[in-house]
Amino acid sequence: METITSAPETPSAIQQQRLQFVLQLADTSLVLGHRLSEWCGHGPVLEQDIAMANIGLDFLGEARSYYQYAAELEGAGRTEDELAFLRAATEYRNPLLVEQPNGDFAATVLRQFLFDSYHLPFLEALRAGPDEKLAAIAEKSVKEAAYHRQWSAEWVIRLGDGTPESRRRLDGALRDFWRYTAELTTPAPAETALADLGLAPNLDDVRALQQAHIAEVFAEATLPLPASGVAQKGGKTGRHSEHLGYLLAELQYMQRAYPGLKW
Amino acid sequence: MVNSGGGTVAVTEAQVWGWLADVSDPEVPVLSVLDLGIVRAVRLDAASGHLTIVITPTYSGCPAMDVIGTEIRLRLAAEGIGPQQLTLENQLSPAWTTDWLSAEGRRKLTAYGIAPPAEQAAGRVRALFGDSPVVQCPHCGSNQTQLLSQFGSTACKALYQCQDCREPFDYFKCH
Repeated sequence: METITSAPETPSAIQQQRLQFVLQLADTSLVLGHRLSEWCGHGPVLEQDIAMANIGLDFLGEARSYYQYAAELEGAGRTEDELAFLRAATEYRNPLLVEQPNGDFAATVLRQFLFDSYHLPFLEALRAGPDEKLAAIAEKSVKEAAYHRQWSAEWVIRLGDGTPESRRRLDGALRDFWRYTAELTTPAPAETALADLGLAPNLDDVRALQQAHIAEVFAEATLPLPASGVAQKGGKTGRHSEHLGYLLAELQYMQRAYPGLKW
Repeated sequence: MVNSGGGTVAVTEAQVWGWLADVSDPEVPVLSVLDLGIVRAVRLDAASGHLTIVITPTYSGCPAMDVIGTEIRLRLAAEGIGPQQLTLENQLSPAWTTDWLSAEGRRKLTAYGIAPPAEQAAGRVRALFGDSPVVQCPHCGSNQTQLLSQFGSTACKALYQCQDCREPFDYFKCH
């Protein structure tokens, strides 16, 4: 039988997309928060070690709120912990940027800057959206994200307009990470479907704000804006770099080795 | 009325607020949860005697929230209000702000050696560098202080140093 018109979105299909979207946000915050936590005890100076641990903690808190909401949307009895600790790398929906290894301090700063420049306008859009739960989480996180963005922008300026060595390292980080920037504002299928219904932020608007912030800070850091170049993506649809598996192996070890462990 | 074991105990919302004043923040023990402004509502259902307390976290990842919840339960248990009669609700919106710190809380913070927020969080616009407010040293009172890091010993604090007495100190940052 020939299908003439596409079927309208059924409630359960929309529900499934909302779940995917919330899981994507949860995974993104958890993976980036975990990367930042890896700096704990290894920072270049104590104050920045503490700063990265603090920022990581904010992301962990944001991730928990999203996972709790995802568990509620799924309605299958899975808890926030099961969603975080018992899903495989291919089920994770975070963009590739946040799973990239820390590298040196300049690399971590740049990864954070590229993310923060997206995160703040994204949360501001989410806060204004119709989903009350997501709006509440965004309202809480947006204040934290403003502090993060200030921290990472100031460090990009210090390192970019700093010594030849700091500049060399930041240039290297830019070569490594720039290709992952576009994925942040390239919608996954669930984001496209929800944005069409007004249920998720329009990422074109977020990208414009992100690019304006990057241009402003790079100008002050005396960094030339890279040409668009190759954009690497796939994380939002479950196709990850090899790094995520190692990260999850460490993150999930206790629950995998001792299922149901509580403390 | 709250049922507690054999008898019944008459409880009012005002009493509950009074007991909550005894519950301190585990990370800044001189502050009560009321000074912090994190208790958003106390609701006593007259018919069933069931008590609902609504709290909000200072920061998304604040690790003290679980401890604060336990402390509230323990304090109320001491008044005969058991876990079946109490619901603790976690509310994210409206998001907590340092503008909710009580005047008494600000005074206690200074006496404890932590500088209270120096400006209103509402309507604050952030720029890069140089937008730090004047923060008074809680040790010697000098205004010659310098921001060392926006991220201090806990999520809610920044790290400053006094240029006059040279002491580093925590600043409860605007949020």
